[in-house]
Amino acid sequence: MDIEFLSSTMVTLLKALPVTLALFALSVSIGCVLALVIVWMRVGGNRYLAGFAKGYIFVFRGSPLLIQMFLVFYGLAQFDFIRNGPLWPLLREPFVCAVLSLALCTAGYSAEIFRGGIRSVPPREIEAARAIGMSGFLLVRRIIAPIALRFALPAYSTEVVLMMKSTSLASLVTVWEVTGVAQRLISHTYRTMEVFLCAAIIYLVLNFIVLQAMALLEHFLSRHLRAAPPAAKA
Amino acid sequence: MPEVPRLSVRDIRKSFGAHEVLRGISLEARDGDVISVLGASGSGKSTFLRCINLLEVADSGEVWVDGEQIRMVQKGGRNRPASQKQVDHIRAELGMVFQSFNLWSHMTILQNVIEGPVHVLKRPRAECVEEAHALLKKVGIGDKANAYPAHLSGGQQQRAAIARALAMKPKLMLFDEPTSALDPELVGEVLRVMRALAEEGTTMLVVTHEMGFARNVSNRVAFMREGLVDSMGSPQEMFGAGASPAFRQFIGHFQA
Repeated sequence: MDIEFLSSTMVTLLKALPVTLALFALSVSIGCVLALVIVWMRVGGNRYLAGFAKGYIFVFRGSPLLIQMFLVFYGLAQFDFIRNGPLWPLLREPFVCAVLSLALCTAGYSAEIFRGGIRSVPPREIEAARAIGMSGFLLVRRIIAPIALRFALPAYSTEVVLMMKSTSLASLVTVWEVTGVAQRLISHTYRTMEVFLCAAIIYLVLNFIVLQAMALLEHFLSRHLRAAPPAAKA
Repeated sequence: MPEVPRLSVRDIRKSFGAHEVLRGISLEARDGDVISVLGASGSGKSTFLRCINLLEVADSGEVWVDGEQIRMVQKGGRNRPASQKQVDHIRAELGMVFQSFNLWSHMTILQNVIEGPVHVLKRPRAECVEEAHALLKKVGIGDKANAYPAHLSGGQQQRAAIARALAMKPKLMLFDEPTSALDPELVGEVLRVMRALAEEGTTMLVVTHEMGFARNVSNRVAFMREGLVDSMGSPQEMFGAGASPAFRQFIGHFQA
């Protein structure tokens, strides 16, 4: 085993880590906010908004992320009003296109995950909140959202891990993140095995950290489900 | 000036599909009244109670709380409250205790009790916490403030739910079969709390199967049958010789 080559590869790949992390952090956070808007439309009670949300979810869950990314990256430039529009300086950047398509896609999946969480909230607990005079946003913020989050978390953490891995697709629209840099390295060295092994290790470590953080959050949100400390038992 | 009733319900009607559950119920509760609502399963007692705070919306009829009428409008062929804001404000004045407690499972008992005062009434938290501790002590679970609902017995959960309703300083307490989901040995502790409330002059409307409570604690008993108030009167009248035949038959089942 060529330790020297492996470690120099690792160093090169780690230089691309900030790009991967930025892709991940931006797309997950924008996607999460977008998902909240979509799930609000989906369950808010307005027929037209619900229909739009359903369509959105269907389109972004039903088509391959890579194609969505190609459509954003290569497709947007075909429209004159976009090329001449105020957002063009942003939209012509591969990085922005990658974040946009990742965020749009995860929003579709996350909206469905959040909807599942909301549906699991016991109706009785919502009724109790209504009975003390809560409605609208207060009811959502104080009762529905915290309970729904707890139910949605296991599925959502899977989605977040998938997003970390999906950032590698950005290499195909010329974003130099970890996978992209790995491919460039291979084209110079022809040492596929070692380079991709290093890349895989980076993604594994990242996802290990993400999963640990999610598990910690889940542990924190499940306090009420754990057995009472012996002293507190009746 | 005549006294304004705490609660006045006039000619409430409610159907689920073709089934008419409430066929014109009227009832009035004055300050300090403790009214037990009795009736067989399916007689509409719970639906009636839920129509008062609009957890169910009646098809027609009026609800007045402390002289304020809940405004209704016809919309899309259905009776609906005119203002969600007014509904919220009326609900905040009515304490509701449910059959299955309905505590918020993700909050401690203390958080359950202060939730309404802090977030609905927007009162200072420190003050609410202090009052909550006093209320929990009063219902006999002062040591459970930091426990979660799942860690409590049914009777303790129901007493916590009563404390949660009381924390809103309601004008009227609504109890929807508060002891029906409890193991028999836990019924007594909840009834004792309710009795203490009645003795303090809390105005209460109690849907129940507890004949002892209806007879000994309430000052009025209403008997519902097939969506109507079949008969109503003081416990002496209702459980005495002049009771309606239907009610006499109903309580007969409990003496078997």
